[in-house]
Amino acid sequence: MRTLRRYLPQLTLLPSLILVAVTVYGFIALTVVLSLTRSKMLPRFDRWEGFSNYAKVWNHPRWEVAMENFAIFGVLYIGGTMLIGLMLAILIDQRVRAEGALRTIYLYPMALSFIVTGVAWQWIMAPDLGLERAFQIWGWESFRFDWIKQSDMAIYCVVIAGVWQASGFVMALFLAALRGINPEILSAARMDGASAPRIYWHVIIPALRPAFLTAIVVQGHLAIKSYDLVVALTRGGPGYSTELPSTFMYEFTFSRNEMALGASSAVMMLILVTVLIVPYLYSELRNDR
Amino acid sequence: MKLTSKMAFIACTTALATPTLADEVEVLHWWTSGGEAAAVSVLKDDLESKGTGWVDMAVAGGGGDAAMTTLRARVTAGDPPTAAQMLGMSVREWADEGFLGNLNEVAAAEGWDDVVPTAVQAFGKYDGNWVAAPVNMHRPHWIWGSAKIFEELNLELPATWDEFFAAADAMEAAGYVAVAQGGQAWQEATVWEAVVLGISPDLYKSAIIDADEDALRSAEIVESFEIMRRIRGYVDPNFAGRDWNLATAMVINGEAGMQIMGDWAKGEVINAGLTPGVEVLCGVSPGTQGAFLFNTDFFAMFDVGGDKAAAQQNMAASAMSVTFQEAFNLAKGSIPARTDVPGDKFDTCAQKSMADLAEATAAGTLFGSLAHGHGQPAAIQAAYLDVVTQHFNSDMSAEDAAAALADSVMAAK
Repeated sequence: MRTLRRYLPQLTLLPSLILVAVTVYGFIALTVVLSLTRSKMLPRFDRWEGFSNYAKVWNHPRWEVAMENFAIFGVLYIGGTMLIGLMLAILIDQRVRAEGALRTIYLYPMALSFIVTGVAWQWIMAPDLGLERAFQIWGWESFRFDWIKQSDMAIYCVVIAGVWQASGFVMALFLAALRGINPEILSAARMDGASAPRIYWHVIIPALRPAFLTAIVVQGHLAIKSYDLVVALTRGGPGYSTELPSTFMYEFTFSRNEMALGASSAVMMLILVTVLIVPYLYSELRNDR
Repeated sequence: MKLTSKMAFIACTTALATPTLADEVEVLHWWTSGGEAAAVSVLKDDLESKGTGWVDMAVAGGGGDAAMTTLRARVTAGDPPTAAQMLGMSVREWADEGFLGNLNEVAAAEGWDDVVPTAVQAFGKYDGNWVAAPVNMHRPHWIWGSAKIFEELNLELPATWDEFFAAADAMEAAGYVAVAQGGQAWQEATVWEAVVLGISPDLYKSAIIDADEDALRSAEIVESFEIMRRIRGYVDPNFAGRDWNLATAMVINGEAGMQIMGDWAKGEVINAGLTPGVEVLCGVSPGTQGAFLFNTDFFAMFDVGGDKAAAQQNMAASAMSVTFQEAFNLAKGSIPARTDVPGDKFDTCAQKSMADLAEATAAGTLFGSLAHGHGQPAAIQAAYLDVVTQHFNSDMSAEDAAAALADSVMAAK
C-alpha cells in the first residue's frame, strides 16, 4: 500500500506519458525515417533514398512558392495580429463604457474555426459577390477589390482573414497583461511628469514582455501549421499561388503519391517551428531566471 | 459509468472493424451524388438478388482524393476492402504494389477480352491478368454550347480553333462571357489536353502518353500554350477557384457561350431539366473529331482471402454485365466500357461518343486522359498540371511554359 502511494503520481502520469511518447515523438521519428525512404503511394521501409528527398523538395517550384508565401504570411500575420491586438487592448483599457460587450465582440472570431473564416472571407472578397460588388451597387462604380483572383495578391487575402480571426485573441492576452501591471508604477511615472505616450513606450509595453512571448509562440505555430484557412479561402489558387508548406505536404503525401517528399516537407516544417520559436523561448525564459 | 464506457468501447470497436462475411463484398467508392448513388444501387440490388451482401463504404469529396486516402489507411492496416473504385493509373499503381487479386477466370467466362477496347484493357489488366473491372468511359474533351446564344448570334459549334475564336469574339461583342471556365488545375488541364489533341493525336501520344522530351520542347507544344493564352483572354476575370459545375451552370443559364468539359457536365444539364444536345449543344472540342480521350472508373479487386473470392467474382461479373453497364451509364452520363451495349436508350451526345469510340479505336487514336488519371502516374501527371495551371494563371510566355513543362516532367520521371 505504501509503495503504491509512493508511485501513485508516476502511475497517474504514465498513460499520458506513453500516449505523448508514441503519438507525438514516435510519429515524428517515423516521419523522419519515412523522409529518407523511396515511399511513393504507401510507406515502404525497404528502399532507401537518403537526403536527396530534401534536395528535391527545395528544388521544387511549388516549395519555392510555399516558402515565399510562408514568409509573407508569417511576418504579416504575426505582426498584424500583434499590432492590432495591442492597439485594441490599449483602447479598451481606457475604461470605456460597455467594455465587456466590446471585449466579447473582438474575441468572438476566435470562436470560429478557420474553415468558417475562410469560407466567409472568400465570399466577402469575391469580386462578383462581396465588397467590390457592394461598393459598386452603392454608387462607387470604379471600386476594385479583386486581390483574391490575382496570383500575386491572393496571399494577402489569406493574411487579412487570418488577422481578422486572431487579433481579438491577442487583444485578450495583452489586456490581461495590462490589467496585471502594478498601478503604483504608473502613478510613480505620472508623478515624475512622464507623458502618456512615454509611459506606454517605456513602462507599459516593456512590462508586456511575457504577453508578447505568449502571443508570438501561439501565433507563430498557427502560422506554420495554417492549412484549413488557405484551403477554404483559395484552395491554394489561383494556380498554386497561395501554396503554404502545409498544403504542399498534404498534396505530395496524399494526392501525388510522393509520400517520401511529403514527409521531407513535414520535417522541414518542424525544423521551421523549432528555428523560429526555440531561440525566442530560450532568450526570454533565461532572462526570467 | 463503467457499463457505459464498456458499451462505448464495444460500439467503437465494432464501428472500426466491420468484418466482411464470406458472401459479402465491401466496396469503397466516391459515387455519392444523386444520379451516381442511384447507379451504384443498381449493382447493389443485382448482387443482393443473387445472395451476395453489399457493405457500402462511400467516401465523399475531393474527386476521390478522400476515398484514396481512406483506402491507403485500410490497406496499410492490412484490411483492404473487397473492391475499390479507381481511375486507370491508380489501378496500375496498386497492382504495382502487389495488392490486387486476379479476375482471369470470370473474365474468360464472360469474354471481357472481346468486348472491352484494348486501350481500356491496358489499365484493367496487369501483366496480362485482369485485376479490375471497367464500368464506364467518360470523354473529357467535349465542348458545350448555349443553344440560345448560338442561335441568337447565328453560330455553329466550332470545329477548329479559328472558328472557336471567331465565335468567342461574336459572343463578347454581344455582351456574353465567351468561355465559361472553372479555376482549378484539373479543369485547366482538361482544356490543355484537348488543345494538344486538337493539334494532332500524334502530338498527344508523344508529348503526353510517352512524355518524350523532344516532343515536350517542340514548337507544337509552344503553340498549345499560345492557344491557352488566347482562351484565357475570353474567360471572365472571376474564374479563379470556380467549380466546374458552376461554369456549366453559366452555359445552362445562357450567361456564357461555351465550356470545354467532360461529359459528366451532362448531369448538370439533366438536373436543370434540360436535354443535352437540345438546349445545351454538345460537340467535340476543336480539331479533335476522329480522336478520343477517355477516363474510366474501374472496380479494382483486392487480393482478399480465398473464402471471399467467390463473392468478389460475382461482383465483377455483375459489374461487367450488359444490363448494369447500361443502367449505370445512363445515370452517370458516360458510355459503357463494353462496346456491345445497345445505344438506343442513350441521348444523342452519348450516341455520338459511342460512334466516335469505334472510329478512334479503329484509327488508333484512342488515348487515356492526362487530366483524369489515365495518361501518367500521379507524380508525373501533377508535374504537367503544375505548369499548365501556372501558365494559365500568370503572364508566363508560351516558350517559357513549354520549357518549364519539359523540365518539370523530366524531373518527376
